[in-house]
Amino acid sequence: MGCRRVKVDLVPTRRAKIPATTYPVERFTLDNGLRVVLTPDRSAPVNGVAVVYDVGIRSEPEGRTGFAHLFEHLMFQGSENLEKLAHFRHVQGAGGTFNGSTHLDYTDYFETLPSNALERALFLEADRMRGPRLTEENLRNQVDVVKEEIRVNVLNRPYGGFPWLTLPPVMFDTFPNAHDGYGSFDDLESATVADAADFFRRYYASGNAVLAVSGDIDVAEATELIERHFGDVPARPAPERPDFAEPDLTAERRTSYTDKLAPLPAVAGAWRVPDPVTDFAGYLAYVVLAEVLTDGDASRLVERLVQRDRTVTSLGGYLGFMGDPFDVRDPTALLLQAHLPPGGDVDKVLRTIDEELDRLATDGLTEGELDRTQARMATHLLRDTDAVLGRALRMAVLEQQRGEPGLLNELPRLVGEVTEEQVRAAAASLRPERRASIEVIAGGAR
Amino acid sequence: MTATVETGTRPLPPLGPTRKLKLPKQAERTLANGLTVIAVRRPAVPLVELRLWMPFGRTHLARGAMLAQTILSGTETKTATQIAAELQKVGGGLSAGLDPDRLMLSGAGLATGLGRMLEILTDVLTNATYPADWVGTERDRLIDRIQVAQSQPAHLARTALLKRIYGKHPYAVQTPEPEHVRAVKPPALRRLHAERVHPAGAVLVLVGDVHPDRALDAAEQALSVWQGDGHPAELPPAPPLEPGPLLLVDRPGSVQSSLRVALPAVPRTHPDHAALQLANLLFGGYFSSRWVENIREDKGYTYGPHSLVEHSVAGSVLVASAEVATEVTAPALLETMYELGRLAALPPKPDELEQARQYALGTLQLGMSTQAGLASLTSAYAGNGLRLDFLAEHAARLARATADDVAEAAARYLSPAKAVTVVLGDAERVAGPLAALTAVRTEPA
Repeated sequence: MGCRRVKVDLVPTRRAKIPATTYPVERFTLDNGLRVVLTPDRSAPVNGVAVVYDVGIRSEPEGRTGFAHLFEHLMFQGSENLEKLAHFRHVQGAGGTFNGSTHLDYTDYFETLPSNALERALFLEADRMRGPRLTEENLRNQVDVVKEEIRVNVLNRPYGGFPWLTLPPVMFDTFPNAHDGYGSFDDLESATVADAADFFRRYYASGNAVLAVSGDIDVAEATELIERHFGDVPARPAPERPDFAEPDLTAERRTSYTDKLAPLPAVAGAWRVPDPVTDFAGYLAYVVLAEVLTDGDASRLVERLVQRDRTVTSLGGYLGFMGDPFDVRDPTALLLQAHLPPGGDVDKVLRTIDEELDRLATDGLTEGELDRTQARMATHLLRDTDAVLGRALRMAVLEQQRGEPGLLNELPRLVGEVTEEQVRAAAASLRPERRASIEVIAGGAR
Repeated sequence: MTATVETGTRPLPPLGPTRKLKLPKQAERTLANGLTVIAVRRPAVPLVELRLWMPFGRTHLARGAMLAQTILSGTETKTATQIAAELQKVGGGLSAGLDPDRLMLSGAGLATGLGRMLEILTDVLTNATYPADWVGTERDRLIDRIQVAQSQPAHLARTALLKRIYGKHPYAVQTPEPEHVRAVKPPALRRLHAERVHPAGAVLVLVGDVHPDRALDAAEQALSVWQGDGHPAELPPAPPLEPGPLLLVDRPGSVQSSLRVALPAVPRTHPDHAALQLANLLFGGYFSSRWVENIREDKGYTYGPHSLVEHSVAGSVLVASAEVATEVTAPALLETMYELGRLAALPPKPDELEQARQYALGTLQLGMSTQAGLASLTSAYAGNGLRLDFLAEHAARLARATADDVAEAAARYLSPAKAVTVVLGDAERVAGPLAALTAVRTEPA
């Protein structure tokens, strides 16, 4: 372990050739401003349908934490031609599945269905794009449901919200970036139907949405169906997107809290990374670095912290607070998180991470280390795109944030083109003085 | 108050003609060493999925768990790090998992690396060494993981339910105690590996961008050196459910109660299975079910209630699960028993049955539409002695189940009189209200 070889080979080492997908991509915009992405693949009789609105946790108003997510729930409570419960029944009664999810920069709504149900899914999405049925009764019901969701995922379990809800307020100073995206119970209970109507009018505009359809479609037929169902959705322009920028940290930030249910200590650290949209090449180096550090038994930090020092019992590293490297905008971060054995020393773990980052920056990678990490990343990327819905969702967001849905096909190759120099430079930038970290004190230790 | 819209009159578009279930191209071979290999072609992305199912019933729980934790920790020629690095080179990875029926090695990699993945797999199966230092590290990690699991309400509720359902059956306890894990040493792991990690009775499934016959050849070439006879370790049949007082497991300070209701069920091949699956969907098996529409969409008691028929080699069971707010624990139980009773006592309406049937048939198509889904399905079927062609048979049974069949299945399997109920929650707050509905027995967590 102490005798890593610095890579000085004259010829490149052999590695598995990184394959690519060639999913075709068609793009167009309806007269009302709705952007559409089609990606046909007739290898299975299924479709993915995704509608993505350019509004997320960062856009919710002060005093209304959790509102973007609550509103997502309200989009399932009936619409112009649909009673409450009808959406679920029509999707599932066609043999399909559905869901929605709220992210920092967008909110998505989606179905996977047998391909004989495509038109039905388009009808359902168009209907709620025209307007959800916002009623006091449905609002109160969904506030209750969301509170139970928060209890399941945060309040009634150990490590609830760690670190995706607990670290942003350490790293960021402004409300959009720092606040709790699940929301406080007070804020949720204060929400009104009028708030919801305003939120819909402002953000759920045809010009602020992307529709993507993947799978077993004929492009001409699908285009006609989309025009039929979405063509008369009233045109409303996208609101201007505020600037969420914050300066990088210049001094280390560190905090801790006691989790009364947690049996083991834990720590998470985050460093700002380049803008994922305007500096994609620079950003990709960090995506690769996270995997070099933490992907599997042959990765740097697993070898050092888990196996050699035994100071850590489990470890993860990823881009974006919600683990979403290719669908988040600036400002965002590289995160490392670890659970420690009972009585573990968080300071020592952070010091060791600094030491390993230094060593990576100074000595570079070992022979084959980068190649094998990139090959493994290609597998993960390809596996995600195998699901018909995965393609629709990813392409919808790539269209929304970059105008470039076809980037999905390019990701394995682009990841494979990141160089050792770039990874070293990325590691060198993860200095303690740019780090925000949070420690979980094990209040439930026995 | 209704904002932004008025009720419109656009008609719901009809569904197009149903696509027939089409099975992918596949091939199967039983090798001389007794290993069954099934290869399925789905070339959508240039990857291959791998699942190796090895019968592992009646093994010592802590040793079995430790074997799964350390089987990839070294061979005679490779360290754990080298195994992981060699797999990564072909975009691959392997992981091991255990349940009371089987040991499973699973992974995925670039299709061009299939041969190399199989070589490394074979090395692990035939030459795993369980090095002492690595076993020591992994032992501590497993103990840490068990501690974290034991702090999670879902795990505690599951543990209590299994114990209540299975009594002295090997399924009753599925997580080892930390002190038992601490006692496991490398020689015991080597012995267990030599006794039980055998090709006889095992099934290897390969799914992806492969030609099935060539994938079988590759598997045969790599894995023929793996030897070892089957091990007579039949599990006894799971005992029938024995209804009794509600078991309340105390978790002081809990802000939610974990409600679990177990009901009898039958295996996939049983003539009642399709009707039972439909009855379960009507009750709580999908979002548009009576239970979910009642306790979530009407009353707001819970976020993600669901019910599922779980199949194991020694028996099947239906489990309904919901995490409900502490203050509505008894009302949630009341609604649950009401919906079970209503389904057991009254026939379903034709349109809600058709809706559930379409969901069951449609999701068969969706489950087959990815390499990973197809691999897991093929492996789960094969572990229970079935092949993918059973999907067509199952679809036909779903299509022909009548309202009478479903009503009969509901009366037989979903009757609240047959339920075994466990609640994990704050006993001080929920015991009284629950006792107003049913007999309650309280235990500490």
